Amino acid sequence: MRAPESDLPLQFDRVQYDAGNRRILDIGSLGISGGAPTAIVGPNGAGKTTLLRISMGLLAPSAGRVTWGGRQNVAPVRRAFLFQRPVMLMRSAAGNIDYALASIKASRGERRQRISDLLTLVGLPGFENRPARRLSGGEQQRLALARSLARDPELLLLDEPTASLDPAAAKSVEDVLRAIAGRGVKIVISTHDLGTARRLAGDVVLLHRGQIVEHSASEIFFKQPLTKEARRFQAGDLLI
Amino acid sequence: MFSSAFWMLVTGDPGLYRIIGLSLYVSLTATLIAAAIGLPLGALLALKEFPGRNVVTIIINAMMGMPPVVVGLMVFLLLSRSGPLGSLGLLFTPRAMIIAQAILIIPIIAALARQTIADIWVQYRDELAAMNIGTAGSIATLLWDGRFSLLTALLAGFGRACAEVGAVIIVGGNIDGFTRMMTTAIALETSKGDLPLAIGLGGVLILIVIAINALAWTIGRTGERLAGAA
Repeated sequence: MRAPESDLPLQFDRVQYDAGNRRILDIGSLGISGGAPTAIVGPNGAGKTTLLRISMGLLAPSAGRVTWGGRQNVAPVRRAFLFQRPVMLMRSAAGNIDYALASIKASRGERRQRISDLLTLVGLPGFENRPARRLSGGEQQRLALARSLARDPELLLLDEPTASLDPAAAKSVEDVLRAIAGRGVKIVISTHDLGTARRLAGDVVLLHRGQIVEHSASEIFFKQPLTKEARRFQAGDLLI
Repeated sequence: MFSSAFWMLVTGDPGLYRIIGLSLYVSLTATLIAAAIGLPLGALLALKEFPGRNVVTIIINAMMGMPPVVVGLMVFLLLSRSGPLGSLGLLFTPRAMIIAQAILIIPIIAALARQTIADIWVQYRDELAAMNIGTAGSIATLLWDGRFSLLTALLAGFGRACAEVGAVIIVGGNIDGFTRMMTTAIALETSKGDLPLAIGLGGVLILIVIAINALAWTIGRTGERLAGAA
């Protein structure tokens, strides 16, 4: 059996995305490889969600080329996406994870064990039979994370996963993400919360008006930012 | 006025129960067949973009108001001895009535399902795409997750089938003890001038429809609560 081909590195070349007459994204070049998490930061409307959706293959760029492991138009088999407000399927917590496992044709026996492991990983042990839609926002976010991980992704894209959570729920999600990153899953997370980026990311991409204004290692970005936009963004100035 | 029909009901009149049994058998079977066709068809129209989708949607919506006698006539022509399916010998049998009722309610179930599924699809589209779920898998998922809302479509279809008389009288012939149903019996008794019996049978029919709707509603609500949707 052939080993599945890798989706990494994720490479953007002269990628543009237009909505009507408006240019949402205009990226000259961006490469994302394995390793520590990458944070996509920037003000609202900077193009973070569009960048992530194109990274997942949910949106096709208007111009330019996106490649996963050097290949174009790769089905999202080795990638997973966590939405800011994930949709819970109308079934139990276990049923939601089971759905994702069934989609990758995991065997029935394997599914039962994986459901239990994943619920434990995201801090929801014993939640198997709870209706997913009855869970709190933070619990739903963690269940959605478990569902994403059920597909055993190599690349996990997260769109503002802690934006609508209280600090305690946000911390528990961050803890899980740290554990997942430790297992070798490449995480790309969009956030407007610099604290989340500081705590999790190995490198940071600052987007402004759809363009990358800085992409540097986390240490450099937070201690000696290379651009005035990065300095202003960290200082809390409004980037308009 | 209702007394004679209800007396027949209470005393277990075999003729009446045969009529009730056949009515339920024909309408429920037609609803099941129409559901098997109409639900996936509605979901497909909601999900899949293809040339002419809007035209198909308009036609299906328009067919919701199709006159039963026209459907009855079409099925009659298909199943009559000289028709393309005449060799099957289905005309003036319960099967012919099931076919006619199913044809009549497929557009109702498909159109209502399309609207319901389209609303759910807006929420689910990206999530299912991110899980690499194909069209068939998405349809199955949406039908399952929309099952409680879709119950309304099935009840609308069943209600139409139960109340229908024009099509079944043409293809069934209202043969006593064989193809006589509640609605055709009511029509017959009315034409004979036995209005009390006709009205009584009408009352029984309404009670049956209410009972089935109440049962389906209760099952739906309970399921919804257990699934965490309500």
